[in-house]
Amino acid sequence: MAAGGGIDPIHQFHINPIVELKPFGLNLSFTNTSLWMVIVTAVVSAIMIYGSSQRSVVPGRLQSLAEMMYEFVASTLTGVMNKDGMKFFPFVFSLFMFVLASNLLGLLPGSFTVTSQIIVTAALAVLVMSVVLIYGIAKHGTHFFGLFVPSGVPGWLLPFVVLIEVVSFVSRPVSLSLRLFGNMLAGHIALKVFGGFVVALTTGAAAGLFTYAIAPLPLLLAVALTALEVLVAVLQAYVFAILTCVYLNDALHPGH
Amino acid sequence: MPVRSSGFVRQGWPLAVASFATLLAGAAQAAEQKHGESGEGASFPPFDPAHFASNLFWLAITFAALYWLMSKVALPRIGEILEERANTIGRDLDQAAEMQAKAEDMAQAYEKALAEARKNAQGIAQTARDTGAKASDAQRHATEAELAAKLAQAEATIAKTKTEAMGNVRGLGGDVAIAIVTKLTGQAPTASEASEAVDQALSRG
Repeated sequence: MAAGGGIDPIHQFHINPIVELKPFGLNLSFTNTSLWMVIVTAVVSAIMIYGSSQRSVVPGRLQSLAEMMYEFVASTLTGVMNKDGMKFFPFVFSLFMFVLASNLLGLLPGSFTVTSQIIVTAALAVLVMSVVLIYGIAKHGTHFFGLFVPSGVPGWLLPFVVLIEVVSFVSRPVSLSLRLFGNMLAGHIALKVFGGFVVALTTGAAAGLFTYAIAPLPLLLAVALTALEVLVAVLQAYVFAILTCVYLNDALHPGH
Repeated sequence: MPVRSSGFVRQGWPLAVASFATLLAGAAQAAEQKHGESGEGASFPPFDPAHFASNLFWLAITFAALYWLMSKVALPRIGEILEERANTIGRDLDQAAEMQAKAEDMAQAYEKALAEARKNAQGIAQTARDTGAKASDAQRHATEAELAAKLAQAEATIAKTKTEAMGNVRGLGGDVAIAIVTKLTGQAPTASEASEAVDQALSRG
């Protein structure tokens, strides 16, 4: 509870060090963000590794879940790229599962949403674009830059088209990271605000018969928003993964 | 769709490390700048560069760990499971088809054997009938021949007996003629004269 007596919707994004670590003047403390990154990794690994440890031909529940995730990401990937895109499968799969688990675990009351930190989503987006750039240049050399030069454009128009293509390419990591960050941040703030309304209406300074009567309204809205947020959490992870596939496809087949 | 350790898995590491190191350095610089500006305390936490380095550092560790676990352990294993399942199902289907074909073959062979057996049975019955008829014919012929032989023998015996009897009658006639002549004339003719006379009488009469 921050200043002002109400509930601070930003409080949930505060980063608190759990173990202070400051080598060479860098602040590398193990914080609540770090803790939830570890939890996300542990949960995903538990589902995927423990779930598949039985190796049964007729899968159990956890193995079905693991296989479902595998086949879902694999079909998404091969839908965007061809079969040769499967070399990026572990990368896309890890990204999707990390973002999905971060989003979903962040919805648990009292948890911390890793993907509501812009530096995290930015780092993931930069990682994707680095893979695109470095793989594209390593595989196709200067031919990769043909990505920015669409064929069949009249000569006088070419400089503008190339400029637009470059700008759109450079803005990809920005949109990729901001989309995820914004969705997570906004959703959690909205949830907290409506939750705060309920508390303010029932225990606030002006609490009375009238406020008690209307208190269920923001509560209902908060419940509905929670359902929406679950959808958004899954959808944003999917959007992140499929855009990653689209960008990686450029590295694989730079010709327009 | 099994995941094989590909070129990207091997090339990906330096790339990931490099990009994270770059970001980390940038974050550290940003944090220092912010410190230099002034301790503007309650800023919006996601935009506070003070935590960038720590977040990046732990993201790099956890995401690298996740990537390693997924690409080396989980995904190849699940790929194997799925491939094995597809193989098992394919094999079972093949086996079922093979068994069905075999069963159909066997049914056909059975039908064929049945038809052949029926034909054989007819043949055997025909042969048996023929053989029976032939055997009874042969037996009848044999019996008839035997009877004819016995008849011929009997006829021969009768003829012989008759001849013998006729011979006896002549002998008897001679004797009777001697006795009669002796009684009449008192003088006995010789046997040869008697038999000659009998013969003359027989040829006459």
